[in-house]
Amino acid sequence: MKAGETAQAARELRTKGASQLTIAGRAFGSRLIIGSGKYDSPETMVKCLDASGAEVITVAVRRVSLDRSDDESLLRWLDPHEVLVLPNTAGCYTADEAVRVARLGRAAGLSEFVKLEVIGDERTLYPDVRGLLEATETLAREGFFVLPYTSDDPVVARQLEEAGAAAVMPLASPIGSGMGILNPITIRFVMDAVSIPVIVDAGVGTASDAAVAMELGVDGILMNTAIAAADDPVTMARAMRLAVEAGRLAYESGRMPKRDYAQPSSPVEGRVGA
Amino acid sequence: MDIVVNGETRAAEPGVTIERFLLDHELDPEVVVVERNGEILARGDLAQTVLAPGDRLEVVHFVGGG
Repeated sequence: MKAGETAQAARELRTKGASQLTIAGRAFGSRLIIGSGKYDSPETMVKCLDASGAEVITVAVRRVSLDRSDDESLLRWLDPHEVLVLPNTAGCYTADEAVRVARLGRAAGLSEFVKLEVIGDERTLYPDVRGLLEATETLAREGFFVLPYTSDDPVVARQLEEAGAAAVMPLASPIGSGMGILNPITIRFVMDAVSIPVIVDAGVGTASDAAVAMELGVDGILMNTAIAAADDPVTMARAMRLAVEAGRLAYESGRMPKRDYAQPSSPVEGRVGA
Repeated sequence: MDIVVNGETRAAEPGVTIERFLLDHELDPEVVVVERNGEILARGDLAQTVLAPGDRLEVVHFVGGG
Protein backbone atom coordinates (compact mmCIF):
# COMPACT_ATOMS: atom_id res chain seq x y z
CA MET A 1 0.00 0.00 0.00
CA LYS A 2 1.35 3.43 -0.99
CA ALA A 3 1.55 6.31 1.45
CA GLY A 4 -1.48 8.10 -0.04
CA GLU A 5 -3.65 4.99 0.09
CA THR A 6 -2.50 4.36 3.65
CA ALA A 7 -3.53 7.87 4.69
CA GLN A 8 -6.93 7.32 3.13
CA ALA A 9 -7.32 3.97 4.90
CA ALA A 10 -6.21 5.55 8.16
CA ARG A 11 -8.81 8.29 7.79
CA GLU A 12 -11.50 5.68 7.25
CA LEU A 13 -10.34 3.77 10.32
CA ARG A 14 -10.33 6.89 12.48
CA THR A 15 -13.87 7.72 11.55
CA LYS A 16 -15.18 4.14 11.54
CA GLY A 17 -17.95 4.08 14.07
CA ALA A 18 -19.28 1.16 16.04
CA SER A 19 -22.18 -0.70 14.47
CA GLN A 20 -25.71 0.54 15.11
CA LEU A 21 -28.13 -0.43 17.83
CA THR A 22 -31.38 -1.81 16.44
CA ILE A 23 -34.44 -2.38 18.62
CA ALA A 24 -37.69 -3.71 17.16
CA GLY A 25 -36.44 -2.84 13.68
CA ARG A 26 -35.60 0.76 14.53
CA ALA A 27 -31.94 1.71 14.19
CA PHE A 28 -30.20 4.17 16.48
CA GLY A 29 -26.86 5.84 15.81
CA SER A 30 -25.77 5.64 19.45
CA ARG A 31 -25.71 2.73 21.86
CA LEU A 32 -26.15 5.08 24.78
CA ILE A 33 -29.61 5.80 26.15
CA ILE A 34 -29.94 8.46 28.81
CA GLY A 35 -32.53 9.29 31.41
CA SER A 36 -33.90 12.81 31.86
CA GLY A 37 -34.27 12.73 35.66
CA LYS A 38 -32.42 14.55 38.44
CA TYR A 39 -31.03 17.42 36.36
CA ASP A 40 -30.80 20.83 38.00
CA SER A 41 -32.57 22.34 35.00
CA PRO A 42 -34.04 21.30 31.65
CA GLU A 43 -31.32 23.37 29.97
CA THR A 44 -28.61 21.17 31.49
CA MET A 45 -30.55 18.06 30.52
CA VAL A 46 -30.71 19.20 26.89
CA LYS A 47 -26.98 20.02 26.84
CA CYS A 48 -26.22 16.57 28.26
CA LEU A 49 -28.40 14.94 25.64
CA ASP A 50 -26.45 16.73 22.92
CA ALA A 51 -23.07 15.92 24.48
CA SER A 52 -23.99 12.26 25.00
CA GLY A 53 -24.99 11.71 21.38
CA ALA A 54 -27.91 9.59 22.66
CA GLU A 55 -30.89 9.21 20.34
CA VAL A 56 -33.19 7.82 23.03
CA ILE A 57 -34.12 9.58 26.26
CA THR A 58 -36.40 8.22 28.96
CA VAL A 59 -39.10 10.27 30.67
CA ALA A 60 -41.50 9.56 33.52
CA VAL A 61 -45.29 9.87 33.35
CA ARG A 62 -46.64 11.95 36.21
CA ARG A 63 -49.78 13.84 37.18
CA VAL A 64 -49.81 17.49 36.20
CA SER A 65 -50.18 20.08 38.92
CA LEU A 66 -53.24 22.27 38.45
CA ASP A 67 -51.86 24.86 40.83
CA ARG A 68 -48.25 25.25 39.75
CA SER A 69 -47.60 27.01 36.49
CA ASP A 70 -43.89 26.00 36.59
CA ASP A 71 -44.89 22.35 36.30
CA GLU A 72 -44.19 22.03 32.61
CA SER A 73 -43.97 19.04 30.31
CA LEU A 74 -40.50 17.94 29.24
CA LEU A 75 -41.86 17.89 25.70
CA ARG A 76 -41.24 21.64 25.77
CA TRP A 77 -37.55 20.76 25.74
CA LEU A 78 -37.31 17.64 23.62
CA ASP A 79 -37.92 17.31 19.89
CA PRO A 80 -39.56 13.94 19.27
CA HIS A 81 -38.37 14.12 15.66
CA GLU A 82 -34.77 14.29 16.82
CA VAL A 83 -34.82 11.74 19.65
CA LEU A 84 -37.01 8.85 20.71
CA VAL A 85 -38.76 10.06 23.86
CA LEU A 86 -39.18 6.83 25.80
CA PRO A 87 -41.83 6.85 28.54
CA ASN A 88 -41.06 4.69 31.57
CA THR A 89 -43.33 3.16 34.16
CA ALA A 90 -41.07 4.10 37.06
CA GLY A 91 -42.71 3.98 40.44
CA CYS A 92 -45.16 1.23 39.50
CA TYR A 93 -45.36 -1.69 41.90
CA THR A 94 -47.90 -3.89 40.12
CA ALA A 95 -48.38 -5.12 36.57
CA ASP A 96 -51.75 -3.36 36.38
CA GLU A 97 -50.28 0.02 37.37
CA ALA A 98 -47.43 -0.38 34.90
CA VAL A 99 -49.80 -1.30 32.06
CA ARG A 100 -51.97 1.72 32.85
CA VAL A 101 -48.99 4.08 32.86
CA ALA A 102 -47.61 2.54 29.66
CA ARG A 103 -50.93 3.16 27.92
CA LEU A 104 -50.99 6.76 29.15
CA GLY A 105 -47.44 7.24 27.87
CA ARG A 106 -48.31 5.82 24.47
CA ALA A 107 -51.37 8.06 24.24
CA ALA A 108 -48.97 11.01 23.97
CA GLY A 109 -48.63 9.72 20.43
CA LEU A 110 -44.85 9.55 20.12
CA SER A 111 -44.12 5.84 19.63
CA GLU A 112 -44.99 2.30 20.66
CA PHE A 113 -41.85 1.98 22.80
CA VAL A 114 -42.07 1.77 26.58
CA LYS A 115 -39.46 1.22 29.25
CA LEU A 116 -41.24 -1.15 31.58
CA GLU A 117 -40.54 -1.08 35.30
CA VAL A 118 -42.44 -3.09 37.86
CA ILE A 119 -40.66 -2.54 41.14
CA GLY A 120 -40.79 -5.19 43.84
CA ASP A 121 -38.72 -3.66 46.62
CA GLU A 122 -38.49 -0.05 47.69
CA ARG A 123 -35.00 -0.20 49.13
CA THR A 124 -33.17 -1.99 46.35
CA LEU A 125 -35.60 -1.03 43.56
CA TYR A 126 -35.26 -4.59 42.34
CA PRO A 127 -37.88 -5.59 39.80
CA ASP A 128 -40.84 -7.79 40.61
CA VAL A 129 -40.18 -10.27 37.81
CA ARG A 130 -43.57 -11.93 38.09
CA GLY A 131 -45.33 -8.61 37.56
CA LEU A 132 -42.82 -7.71 34.87
CA LEU A 133 -43.56 -10.86 32.87
CA GLU A 134 -47.30 -10.32 33.18
CA ALA A 135 -47.11 -6.67 32.09
CA THR A 136 -44.70 -7.50 29.24
CA GLU A 137 -47.09 -10.08 27.87
CA THR A 138 -50.10 -7.74 28.09
CA LEU A 139 -48.32 -4.79 26.49
CA ALA A 140 -46.62 -6.83 23.75
CA ARG A 141 -50.04 -8.19 22.81
CA GLU A 142 -51.27 -4.58 22.52
CA GLY A 143 -48.49 -3.77 20.06
CA PHE A 144 -46.04 -2.10 22.40
CA PHE A 145 -42.30 -2.49 21.97
CA VAL A 146 -41.53 -3.40 25.55
CA LEU A 147 -38.11 -2.73 27.08
CA PRO A 148 -38.25 -4.27 30.55
CA TYR A 149 -35.86 -3.26 33.32
CA THR A 150 -35.03 -6.59 34.90
CA SER A 151 -32.65 -8.44 37.18
CA ASP A 152 -29.48 -9.97 35.73
CA ASP A 153 -31.05 -13.41 35.50
CA PRO A 154 -30.81 -15.41 32.26
CA VAL A 155 -33.93 -17.45 33.03
CA VAL A 156 -36.06 -14.34 33.52
CA ALA A 157 -34.49 -12.75 30.43
CA ARG A 158 -35.51 -15.75 28.32
CA GLN A 159 -39.03 -15.66 29.77
CA LEU A 160 -39.26 -11.95 28.95
CA GLU A 161 -38.23 -12.67 25.37
CA GLU A 162 -40.89 -15.38 25.17
CA ALA A 163 -43.43 -12.91 26.61
CA GLY A 164 -42.71 -10.59 23.68
CA ALA A 165 -40.11 -8.12 24.97
CA ALA A 166 -38.28 -6.11 22.27
CA ALA A 167 -35.10 -6.03 24.40
CA VAL A 168 -34.11 -6.91 27.94
CA MET A 169 -32.52 -4.40 30.27
CA PRO A 170 -30.71 -6.12 33.14
CA LEU A 171 -29.42 -4.02 36.00
CA ALA A 172 -25.67 -3.90 36.56
CA SER A 173 -26.09 -2.78 40.17
CA PRO A 174 -28.99 -1.07 41.98
CA ILE A 175 -30.60 2.00 40.36
CA GLY A 176 -28.76 5.17 41.30
CA SER A 177 -26.00 3.27 43.16
CA GLY A 178 -23.16 3.99 40.73
CA MET A 179 -21.41 0.77 41.69
CA GLY A 180 -20.78 -0.34 38.13
CA ILE A 181 -20.95 -3.89 36.76
CA LEU A 182 -21.03 -6.04 39.89
CA ASN A 183 -21.46 -9.34 38.12
CA PRO A 184 -20.16 -9.48 34.56
CA ILE A 185 -20.79 -13.23 34.38
CA THR A 186 -24.54 -12.94 34.84
CA ILE A 187 -24.69 -10.16 32.24
CA ARG A 188 -22.95 -12.56 29.86
CA PHE A 189 -25.40 -15.32 30.78
CA VAL A 190 -28.25 -12.96 29.89
CA MET A 191 -26.62 -12.20 26.53
CA ASP A 192 -26.29 -15.91 25.81
CA ALA A 193 -29.88 -16.61 26.85
CA VAL A 194 -31.69 -14.26 24.45
CA SER A 195 -31.57 -13.20 20.83
CA ILE A 196 -33.11 -9.75 21.45
CA PRO A 197 -30.86 -6.78 22.37
CA VAL A 198 -29.44 -6.64 25.89
CA ILE A 199 -29.18 -3.15 27.33
CA VAL A 200 -27.57 -2.65 30.72
CA ASP A 201 -29.92 -0.43 32.69
CA ALA A 202 -28.85 1.00 36.02
CA GLY A 203 -25.71 0.95 38.10
CA VAL A 204 -23.15 2.62 35.84
CA GLY A 205 -21.23 5.24 37.85
CA THR A 206 -18.45 6.48 35.62
CA ALA A 207 -16.97 6.10 32.15
CA SER A 208 -14.94 2.96 32.86
CA ASP A 209 -18.12 1.19 34.06
CA ALA A 210 -19.74 1.96 30.72
CA ALA A 211 -16.68 0.73 28.81
CA VAL A 212 -16.57 -2.49 30.85
CA ALA A 213 -20.23 -3.18 30.09
CA MET A 214 -19.80 -2.49 26.39
CA GLU A 215 -16.67 -4.69 26.22
CA LEU A 216 -18.80 -7.57 27.48
CA GLY A 217 -20.73 -7.18 24.24
CA VAL A 218 -24.02 -5.78 25.50
CA ASP A 219 -25.97 -3.92 22.85
CA GLY A 220 -26.36 -0.70 24.77
CA ILE A 221 -26.44 1.07 28.11
CA LEU A 222 -29.14 3.16 29.75
CA MET A 223 -27.95 5.55 32.42
CA ASN A 224 -29.27 8.59 34.25
CA THR A 225 -27.69 9.39 37.60
CA ALA A 226 -24.10 8.84 36.43
CA ILE A 227 -24.49 11.86 34.18
CA ALA A 228 -27.03 13.96 36.10
CA ALA A 229 -25.25 13.67 39.46
CA ALA A 230 -21.74 14.41 38.16
CA ASP A 231 -20.24 17.75 39.22
CA ASP A 232 -20.07 18.66 35.54
CA PRO A 233 -22.89 16.69 33.90
CA VAL A 234 -22.26 17.93 30.35
CA THR A 235 -18.62 16.84 30.36
CA MET A 236 -19.59 13.51 31.92
CA ALA A 237 -22.18 13.04 29.16
CA ARG A 238 -19.37 13.40 26.62
CA ALA A 239 -17.18 10.99 28.63
CA MET A 240 -20.00 8.44 28.52
CA ARG A 241 -20.43 8.87 24.80
CA LEU A 242 -16.72 8.16 24.28
CA ALA A 243 -16.69 5.27 26.77
CA VAL A 244 -19.68 3.55 25.18
CA GLU A 245 -18.18 3.92 21.74
CA ALA A 246 -14.71 2.86 22.90
CA GLY A 247 -16.10 -0.18 24.71
CA ARG A 248 -18.14 -1.22 21.69
CA LEU A 249 -15.22 -0.81 19.28
CA ALA A 250 -13.03 -2.85 21.63
CA TYR A 251 -15.67 -5.58 21.73
CA GLU A 252 -16.02 -5.59 17.95
CA SER A 253 -12.22 -5.66 17.58
CA GLY A 254 -11.83 -8.86 19.60
CA ARG A 255 -9.44 -8.30 22.47
CA MET A 256 -6.09 -10.11 22.86
CA PRO A 257 -6.04 -13.15 25.11
CA LYS A 258 -4.92 -12.64 28.70
CA ARG A 259 -1.82 -14.50 29.91
CA ASP A 260 -0.09 -14.86 33.26
CA TYR A 261 3.51 -14.10 32.26
CA ALA A 262 5.13 -11.39 30.19
CA GLN A 263 5.81 -11.71 26.49
CA PRO A 264 8.22 -9.18 24.96
CA SER A 265 6.83 -6.87 22.34
CA SER A 266 10.24 -6.35 20.72
CA PRO A 267 12.16 -9.09 18.84
CA VAL A 268 14.34 -11.31 21.03
CA GLU A 269 16.61 -11.98 18.02
CA GLY A 270 19.39 -9.55 17.07
CA ARG A 271 19.79 -7.82 20.38
CA VAL A 272 22.93 -5.64 20.50
CA GLY A 273 25.91 -7.42 22.04
CA ALA A 274 24.11 -10.75 22.38
CA MET B 1 -70.46 20.97 39.72
CA ASP B 2 -67.64 18.92 41.21
CA ILE B 3 -65.26 16.64 39.39
CA VAL B 4 -62.16 14.81 40.64
CA VAL B 5 -58.88 15.64 38.96
CA ASN B 6 -55.76 13.68 39.92
CA GLY B 7 -57.42 12.64 43.14
CA GLU B 8 -58.56 16.11 44.18
CA THR B 9 -62.07 17.55 44.03
CA ARG B 10 -62.32 20.53 41.67
CA ALA B 11 -65.11 22.79 40.54
CA ALA B 12 -66.00 22.86 36.86
CA GLU B 13 -68.62 24.85 34.97
CA PRO B 14 -71.49 22.67 33.76
CA GLY B 15 -71.23 22.02 30.04
CA VAL B 16 -67.51 22.74 29.85
CA THR B 17 -65.38 20.56 27.57
CA ILE B 18 -62.21 18.89 28.81
CA GLU B 19 -60.17 21.03 26.44
CA ARG B 20 -61.69 24.20 27.93
CA PHE B 21 -61.11 22.94 31.47
CA LEU B 22 -57.42 22.28 30.66
CA LEU B 23 -56.95 25.68 29.04
CA ASP B 24 -58.61 27.39 32.01
CA HIS B 25 -55.95 25.76 34.19
CA GLU B 26 -53.13 26.84 31.86
CA LEU B 27 -52.56 23.29 30.64
CA ASP B 28 -51.70 22.67 27.00
CA PRO B 29 -54.01 19.95 25.59
CA GLU B 30 -51.24 19.09 23.10
CA VAL B 31 -48.81 17.84 25.73
CA VAL B 32 -51.01 16.20 28.35
CA VAL B 33 -52.80 12.87 28.28
CA VAL B 34 -56.23 12.59 29.86
CA GLU B 35 -57.90 9.53 31.27
CA ARG B 36 -61.61 9.99 32.05
CA ASN B 37 -63.30 7.48 34.32
CA GLY B 38 -60.60 4.96 33.48
CA GLU B 39 -60.67 5.47 29.70
CA ILE B 40 -57.86 7.22 27.88
CA LEU B 41 -59.17 9.96 25.59
CA ALA B 42 -57.73 10.53 22.15
CA ARG B 43 -56.32 14.04 21.86
CA GLY B 44 -58.87 14.87 19.17
CA ASP B 45 -61.74 14.04 21.52
CA LEU B 46 -60.81 16.57 24.21
CA ALA B 47 -62.61 19.41 22.44
CA GLN B 48 -65.78 17.35 22.04
CA THR B 49 -65.97 15.68 25.44
CA VAL B 50 -68.16 17.55 27.92
CA LEU B 51 -67.47 17.06 31.61
CA ALA B 52 -70.21 15.49 33.71
CA PRO B 53 -70.65 15.84 37.48
CA GLY B 54 -68.49 13.35 39.38
CA ASP B 55 -66.17 12.68 36.43
CA ARG B 56 -62.80 11.37 37.51
CA LEU B 57 -59.92 12.70 35.43
CA GLU B 58 -56.32 11.65 35.45
CA VAL B 59 -54.22 14.28 33.68
CA VAL B 60 -50.57 13.39 33.12
CA HIS B 61 -47.54 14.59 31.23
CA PHE B 62 -43.86 13.75 30.82
CA VAL B 63 -41.36 14.81 33.46
CA GLY B 64 -37.70 13.95 34.03
CA GLY B 65 -37.08 10.28 34.78
CA GLY B 66 -34.61 7.49 34.23
